[in-house]
Amino acid sequence: MYSQGLIGADGRTEESPEFLAAFQARIDAEEKIEPNDEMPEGYRRTLVRQIGQHAHSEIVGMLPEGNWITRAPSLRRKATLLAKVQDEGGHGLYLYAAAETLGVSREEMTEELLSGKAKYSSIFNYPTLSWADIGTIGWLVDGAAIMNQIPLCRCSFGPYARAMIRVCKEESFHQRQGYEIVMTLARGTPEQKAMAQDSLNRWWWPSIMMFGPHDADSQHSDQSMAWKIKRFTNDELRQKFIDATVPQAEFLGLTIPDPDLKWNEEKGGYDHGPIDWSEFWRVVKGHGPMARDRIKARKKAWDDGAWVREAALAHADKRRARKMAAE
Amino acid sequence: MTGEVPLWEVFIRPRNGLAHRHVGSLHAADEVMALQAARDVYTRRGEGNSIWVVPSKAITASDPDQAAENFEPGEKIYRHPTFYDIPEEVGHM
Repeated sequence: MYSQGLIGADGRTEESPEFLAAFQARIDAEEKIEPNDEMPEGYRRTLVRQIGQHAHSEIVGMLPEGNWITRAPSLRRKATLLAKVQDEGGHGLYLYAAAETLGVSREEMTEELLSGKAKYSSIFNYPTLSWADIGTIGWLVDGAAIMNQIPLCRCSFGPYARAMIRVCKEESFHQRQGYEIVMTLARGTPEQKAMAQDSLNRWWWPSIMMFGPHDADSQHSDQSMAWKIKRFTNDELRQKFIDATVPQAEFLGLTIPDPDLKWNEEKGGYDHGPIDWSEFWRVVKGHGPMARDRIKARKKAWDDGAWVREAALAHADKRRARKMAAE
Repeated sequence: MTGEVPLWEVFIRPRNGLAHRHVGSLHAADEVMALQAARDVYTRRGEGNSIWVVPSKAITASDPDQAAENFEPGEKIYRHPTFYDIPEEVGHM
């Protein structure tokens, strides 16, 4: 809601100490912040960046999976994959709409994605080499996304929280269908099981990197926690994800590719081996194996769709003119 | 980028007897395309049987900060039934 009136509007606020304290008091009282409310410029900027990146991730996330739609091994799998990719497109839309309530336009966000200015989740810069990857993405990548997104349903910014509630409802099917694919392969022929293991080997580390840098190195974390945009730190979420996922892998008879992974009785969770952050930053900065292809594909979709957008607007104009003439 | 596509607000009635409820927004060139997009985006899992689309710019919003001034609910307790004393013997009223 809250409309195009806001787009391009000056979002600056008078940031006196009293204003900031009153804003923080609203946050501390668990009040939701709505688009027309006054808010610190930093709060607005953080949300525009985060929701925008989140939306771009949903849209770019359709590409690695779209790669397998025509080659899904059965009609059931194909119908499921189509439905899942359609959901991701919808999730992108809910999120873009939430960001638009903060005064940024869809066109600006699209332009930032296509020009490479805006980031999206680095996980989508890895290729989907086998059918097993479609299962692993659902199980691990959507699983990690759910860990991230469930606390976002309680985010202090109303439109983002409401969008996330919708997204989370739909996301559960994504993870379950993924696990079912991996389970089918793990219980199949030795070759199929090897395919599942190979896929887990490739996706495990990128998946646990999805939670972002360690807390000590995360530049946006403290303020986002104080503003209740984030509810848990990167490391807390990563820990929850690992603890939930290790037994799921054991059930499948698959091995998580981390020789240092072991149960820590004292903390009641798993300890994991060191994460290769140089790879993470390389991929975030656009050197992932698929980064160029992803943006190229989005550009092509945008450019090839130009005539559709123009035709739709022209058609709408024509209908409006006809209606006016008839009145 | 030229030709911004207008924004619409989408309202859905889950079933007859309930009110339409705001579910989200979308961009579309006109109301026909907005309805089609709303159906694709917001009713993929049988969320409703009736869809409204309204141009976002047609909505005029009040300022939540002024809500107290509008209604002064605390000062008008005589609007509530419990403000009036009715003897027990009269029974439920």
